[in-house]
Amino acid sequence: MSENAAIKILICQGTGGISMGAKEVEAAFVKHLAEKGVDALVGKRCDVIKTGCRGLCANDVLVDIITPEQGRVTYDFVKPEEVEQIIDEHIVNKSIMEKRKAKPYYNTFVDKQMRVVMTGCGQIDPDSLDAYKEEDGFKAIEKCVKSMKPEEVIEEVKKSGLRGRGGGGFPTGMKWSFCKASPGDHKYLICNADEGDPGAFMDRSLLEGDPYCIIEGMMIAAYAIGCDFGYVYVRAEYPLAVQRLQHAIDVCYEQGYLGKNIQGWGINFDMRIKMGAGAFVCGEETALMASIEGHRGMSRPRPPFPAVRGLWGYPTNINNVETFGNVRHIINKGSAWYASLGTETTKGTKIFAVTGKVKHTGLVEVPAGMKISEVIYDVCGGIANNRKFKAVQAGGPSGGCIPADILDTPVDYDSLIKAGAMMGSGGLVVMDETTCMVDVSRFFLNFTRMESCGKCVPCRIGLKVMLDILERITEGHGEISDIETLQDLGAAIKKASLCGLGQTAPNPILSTINYFRHEYEAHINDKRCPSNCCKELLLWQVVEDKCVKCGACKKACPVDAIVWEKGQLAFLDKEKCTKCKSCYDACRFMAIE
Amino acid sequence: MSEAVAQQTTEQEPEIDLSLANKIIDKYIDMPGNLMPVLQGAQDEYGYIPRAVADLIAERLNVYPSQIYGVLTFYAQFHLKPRGRFIIRVCVGTACHVQGAPRIVETFFDKLGIGHAETTPDLRYTFEKVACLGACGMAPLAMVNDATYGSMTVQKVDQIVTDYNQRPLK
Repeated sequence: MSENAAIKILICQGTGGISMGAKEVEAAFVKHLAEKGVDALVGKRCDVIKTGCRGLCANDVLVDIITPEQGRVTYDFVKPEEVEQIIDEHIVNKSIMEKRKAKPYYNTFVDKQMRVVMTGCGQIDPDSLDAYKEEDGFKAIEKCVKSMKPEEVIEEVKKSGLRGRGGGGFPTGMKWSFCKASPGDHKYLICNADEGDPGAFMDRSLLEGDPYCIIEGMMIAAYAIGCDFGYVYVRAEYPLAVQRLQHAIDVCYEQGYLGKNIQGWGINFDMRIKMGAGAFVCGEETALMASIEGHRGMSRPRPPFPAVRGLWGYPTNINNVETFGNVRHIINKGSAWYASLGTETTKGTKIFAVTGKVKHTGLVEVPAGMKISEVIYDVCGGIANNRKFKAVQAGGPSGGCIPADILDTPVDYDSLIKAGAMMGSGGLVVMDETTCMVDVSRFFLNFTRMESCGKCVPCRIGLKVMLDILERITEGHGEISDIETLQDLGAAIKKASLCGLGQTAPNPILSTINYFRHEYEAHINDKRCPSNCCKELLLWQVVEDKCVKCGACKKACPVDAIVWEKGQLAFLDKEKCTKCKSCYDACRFMAIE
Repeated sequence: MSEAVAQQTTEQEPEIDLSLANKIIDKYIDMPGNLMPVLQGAQDEYGYIPRAVADLIAERLNVYPSQIYGVLTFYAQFHLKPRGRFIIRVCVGTACHVQGAPRIVETFFDKLGIGHAETTPDLRYTFEKVACLGACGMAPLAMVNDATYGSMTVQKVDQIVTDYNQRPLK
């Protein structure tokens, strides 16, 4: 930023920021700046800018103030009533409020990352085309149209080594070339933003924080493949993403970046948003196309692949949001630069949504190949509440759990598959010693069972049978033969299912049996849950030699079932207890079992 | 409970103003793949898809009512019965699950006397478990209409229900 630039106040306004009151904070800034006449006081213009998600959603509202004197300073947990003081001290008196500044972990969180796809997120106003153009926006498509043939664009993407970020990891350049090679003049391009994987929200953040970057990525793909119509299929659960993307599309039409003869470059591209209606299976490409056509979102066998027969029978290319987000950077900076990042088989960076029992939950973008332990401990600060790490679940309902002893696994497509998990869309759910692996398996299976479209038998019935067995185990009625039955069923379902949902649904169970077989055996043989998680197997009593008499459990109990006096051991009244487990979570010393 | 809702449904059916639905259909009539946008528009307008509207859409878009019924029951977003004034959604995604979402759900069940995807007879509340709302940093998460409540506890459920019990139904 140049020396004499205005003072910038960046306020994080993703879904996380807004629900923590970012709109009120912005209003407070605007109000106080005007009332005090700060612009005149400091002799500079003060711009209040809303930005997309900065990643550390747990600490919202995040406010960055950029002044020529202090550079960039971040304040976290900002409340509207603090705004006046921040303006007085930081902007008018030019002294940083050390007490309110984000603690050093914020810098660690940011510095350890490598932001490529998310460069715009949290930096620019997502509604402003001018802000995007300042960040080299639409330079990549211009370069393609003016100096590259479509074949050269595909070749460049192939050389970069970019692989699909939706989970499968298919080389993007190859996919484009298949669709380009299909005969016919009319082809469709689809951006898959049906991010249904619980625990992953990078696509949402990209669409909310930098929608123009996705539009440009799609324009480049359309130019390379030779299609003139694109759909973005967005989940209905993401109203803000839909609103920002629709705004961006409207502006692009007004400014001639979409439509006929874009910018006089002689290319045409139209775009439309399709809203999903709440079905996880629609993230699968054939189900997604059925949904756009107005049918139930049921998958169909492949081949024919969408590149040959896709939407309404025309050749269709489908990529994930994050994949499109990479494209403009590859064109701008060159495939050689992109290929220099990451590992042998996984190039570039990957965005992960790190959630669960970790100190700093949020979105992190790291070079592929970083160790999982580095992501969890170095970037995200390790495990919350002083507890012990147990496992990390990678890849959502299609992935698996990675235990502590192989935590040095690098995050790339092939290493994760070798570890029994998968990249998936990039959700990392961290679990500590209080999370029961059998219960987690049951949770995922319950999810995939409900979301199964019901077309093929292995998925529809097989998953239900597996779920029944798991429920029996968590209720204390398991038999030792159950483990083998689960493994057999899982293997059969993986082989026989029609689409990705069924083919991967048994993964969470198989991987937990592989790494945490002893937990299954404890549930079955001893009728005990080692993590004290499965309600039916809990004793509901205080472990006297672990209790430190702090009374935290009494405060947490909603029904006064805990008897405690200062300096006394706690006692749990089983008559009153509703088995809600609030006390168990409140206890930091594992003294309730 | 469900019988009561069913009765109300049949009682309310004759009052449906079909001109609203016709307007929505006019807007999308020439678009390919228009069934979903039309149903979504009707859902926004009426709050659910009344039988009469479904029949009208079938007639005008030239699709079988059975196909419409298939679509309506396939997607979680569509509803065939009137919904409550306050829609309580509790996230049961992975991050919320490991942070204790199940007990939040059960407490709501107890307080409201309804289960998943059910509506109270006075049409005050509809309760839904939903998969990931995408705000995992604040797990466990609940929403009432558009208001978000993060880091939920059993006590907070009490407060929310007490608060919304006092709000007017209209």
